[in-house]
Amino acid sequence: MNTIKSLDDLKKVREDALAKRKVKTTSGTSQVVVGMGTCGIAAGARETMKAVLKYVESENLQNILVTQTGCIGLCEQEPIMQVVLGEQPKVTYGKVTPEIAAKIMKEHVVGGKVVSQYVIPL
Amino acid sequence: MLKELSLHILDIAENSVQAKAKKVIIKVEENLRNDRLNIQIIDNGKGMSPTTLAQATNPFYTSRTTRKVGLGIPFLKEAAEACNGSLKIESKEKIGTKIEVEFQLSHIDRMPLGDLEDTFLNLVIGYPEVHWKFHFKIDNNEFVFDDEPIKKILEDLPLSDPSVLAFLRKTIFSGIAEVKSNMKNN
Repeated sequence: MNTIKSLDDLKKVREDALAKRKVKTTSGTSQVVVGMGTCGIAAGARETMKAVLKYVESENLQNILVTQTGCIGLCEQEPIMQVVLGEQPKVTYGKVTPEIAAKIMKEHVVGGKVVSQYVIPL
Repeated sequence: MLKELSLHILDIAENSVQAKAKKVIIKVEENLRNDRLNIQIIDNGKGMSPTTLAQATNPFYTSRTTRKVGLGIPFLKEAAEACNGSLKIESKEKIGTKIEVEFQLSHIDRMPLGDLEDTFLNLVIGYPEVHWKFHFKIDNNEFVFDDEPIKKILEDLPLSDPSVLAFLRKTIFSGIAEVKSNMKNN
C-alpha cells in the first residue's frame, strides 16, 4: 500500500467533505451508539454496526456520530442500538438486526420518528 | 465460543477500551511455515494488579457491575487450548496489558479469522479517542494500519463522515486483500 499517495487522497477527501458540510444546513448532530460487549458481539452487534455505517455511507449522511459502548446490562436484548437526536432524550432499541438497524436509520435518524415496535420497554 | 476469531479480537479490544487505554495495537500473524496463528492485543490502559491478573481467566470474575460473569478471556483461552494453542496475559498496573493468543493454524477445530476488516473498521470509528494500530501479516507480507496520521490530516472532520468512512473502508479492505493475494502468489 502506498501510504503517501493515500494520505494525499485523504487531504482531498477532507477538503471536499468540509466544503459539503458548509453548504448543508445545520440540523444538529445525531448520535448512534451500538452496544459491543461480549453479549452484544455474540448476538451479532458487529453486523448491526456494519449496517449503520453502510447506511451513513450510502445515503451520504452528514452530522451523524457513530460510536460503540460496552455491556449496559440488558444482555437479553442485544444487539442494542441507542439513538440521540440533538437535544432529545436517548431512545434505546433492542434485538436490532442489520435490517432493523437500516429501518431505524431511515425512519428515526433521518425521518425523526421513533420506531416504537423495537424500543426496549423499561 | 464466538463464531470467528475476529469477533474475539473485537471483544478483547473492548476490554482495552474499558481499561481507559489511549493506544491499542492489534497484531494478527499467520505463519504458514510453522503452522501457527498468533494474535496479540496490546494496550496502555490501567493494567491489572497481580491478584486481578490471576483471576482474569476465571469466567466468574469480572470488573463490571452489570453482570457477574466475564466470559471474553476464558472463552478465548478455551478456543486456543482446543487447537494446540495457548493464551498468555501480561499486565502491569498503570502501564497496560498484553494478551497473546496462539493457535495451530491448520487445526481442524480452529475457527476462521473471519471478517477482520469490519472488526478493525468498527473499532477505529466506534472509539475515535483511541489511537488504533493494526498489523496483519501472512509469512513475510504485512499490512500496517495506523490511524494517527489519518486523524492528523482530518483535524476536526469526524471519522463518521461518509466520505471518511469510505476512505477508511477502502484502505483497510485493500490492505488486507493485498496481503492475502500476495500469499497466494508465493
